[in-house]
Amino acid sequence: MTTTMDMRPMPLPAETTASKDAAEAKIAMSVRNLKAGYAGGAPVLKGVNLEIREKTVTAIIGPSGCGKSTLIRCLNRMHEAIPGATADGEILIGGRNALELDPVVLRRAVGMVFQRPNPFPTMSIAQNVAAGLTLNGVHDRAILAEAVEKSLRRAALWDEVKDKLDAPGVGLSGGQQQRLCIARALAVEPAILLLDEPCSALDPIATGRIEELLIQIKEQLTVVIVTHNMQQAARVSEYTVFMLMGEMVEYGLTRKMFTQPVDKRTEDYITGRFG
Amino acid sequence: MNEALYARRKRLNALMFALTAVCAAVASGTLLAILGYIAWKGASSLSWDFLLHLPKPVGEKGGGIANSIVGSAKVVGLAGVMGVPVGVLAGVYLAEYGRGKFAFAVRYAADVMNGVPSIVVGLFAYALIVHPMKKFSALSGAVALAFIMIPIVLRNTEEFLRLVPGTIREAALALGVPRWKVTLMVILPTAGRGILTGALLALARVAGETAPLIFTAFGNRFADNGWLNPIATLPHTIYTYAISPYEDWHNQAWAAALILMAFVLLVNVTARVWLRPSSGTSH
Repeated sequence: MTTTMDMRPMPLPAETTASKDAAEAKIAMSVRNLKAGYAGGAPVLKGVNLEIREKTVTAIIGPSGCGKSTLIRCLNRMHEAIPGATADGEILIGGRNALELDPVVLRRAVGMVFQRPNPFPTMSIAQNVAAGLTLNGVHDRAILAEAVEKSLRRAALWDEVKDKLDAPGVGLSGGQQQRLCIARALAVEPAILLLDEPCSALDPIATGRIEELLIQIKEQLTVVIVTHNMQQAARVSEYTVFMLMGEMVEYGLTRKMFTQPVDKRTEDYITGRFG
Repeated sequence: MNEALYARRKRLNALMFALTAVCAAVASGTLLAILGYIAWKGASSLSWDFLLHLPKPVGEKGGGIANSIVGSAKVVGLAGVMGVPVGVLAGVYLAEYGRGKFAFAVRYAADVMNGVPSIVVGLFAYALIVHPMKKFSALSGAVALAFIMIPIVLRNTEEFLRLVPGTIREAALALGVPRWKVTLMVILPTAGRGILTGALLALARVAGETAPLIFTAFGNRFADNGWLNPIATLPHTIYTYAISPYEDWHNQAWAAALILMAFVLLVNVTARVWLRPSSGTSH
């Protein structure tokens, strides 16, 4: 059961103390000494440590080139899809190191939405949503239909597309396409959803819809979002990670970071002195 | 700027423009001239009898090229059945896994193969099939044409697969789909239209090849009988008739050329129209 924003004020993370919160929220993923880079280049991540709490939204912010996209792409090993990419360290999920798991299995538990909407051009709306299931051998129509509706509802797209499920996915507007991609990622029921600047190609209204739905779906799963937009981090996340030049500078409750940053560099960045 | 210099530049510009336009007209005019001439010479001998009957013995009037039409369809069809899958899968290999020396060698070999004279390919098929079997055959002709098709289909498939945006591949991988399934069930269908078009164009191209069939399919004046016997094909029949000393064979050669030309044109136009609505993969 999801609750919409206007029915209930969003819980403000800063109202709970950090220690109490840490004790309550289970750790979904913990990153230890993660180093990553690309063929022939300088290391992009220089030993990142981070804990991502279950059923929260964690935002990763930082200036261009700081390694935030590399970091999030390491979390489901999409980083390795780039030839010559390297990753070293530990990413613990359910007690196992993600870097040693089969990436195919890992990615079913850790879904991803990309910067630009990327629906499959040959597939209809329904086929797009069901793709993760059908491509992995699920062909029972009833199961697929149910997964399609459920995922589209969770992605707040159902009402707009329920009458044209057989229309091509690429015929939707940019914002709808991105929500379609979110629905497609949700359909495989991941425990963690990664979003790599999901709104950077969208207008403010479409962005607002996606932010709302992120706040709703975090009741069921863990969300990690990379964003260029600090207001967006402030609006949707409980925790924020500030990255700079391949290092994690600061990590903590969003509310606290945006009001009383500990590190001088964080303060400079969020007040717009660079970046 | 100096007025005279400016005027001179304008004249030069006009001259160069005219030159390019003339060359463009020559390039496209050649096709029109060929089409027009073949239609003019061939149309008079064209009739249903010509399409539906077998050749008559030398000296008798009439007769048709039904066996050549059927033969071309068989040889080109079998060449497609053999050449398209090999070309497509090799193209998939190059586009998806093609890094390093082996891929470079495959790509290079395909480009060289594209330039190998087709009569050499015919000789190769002769050595490979006709000689050991001691028999000219439809099969050997099809093998020769398949060898010509493979590099064309391969390079075309690779090109179209590379046009599929990396983001589509990422989207599928991120759903926890194994790489081979991503390639076969997402990437290949996304590029499918372009790949099929390329395969059609390659078929049209080999349908007109004569040289590789001279000592493979060999030609035949009688009705088609199986895959392992000599068989008549349109381009080979045109060749045979055109170099014969008989006036009515010359006329029939023109008419057969018209049929072949119409077929090739039809496939070309179909392929291009088909490709147009969504060359789709890249926006």
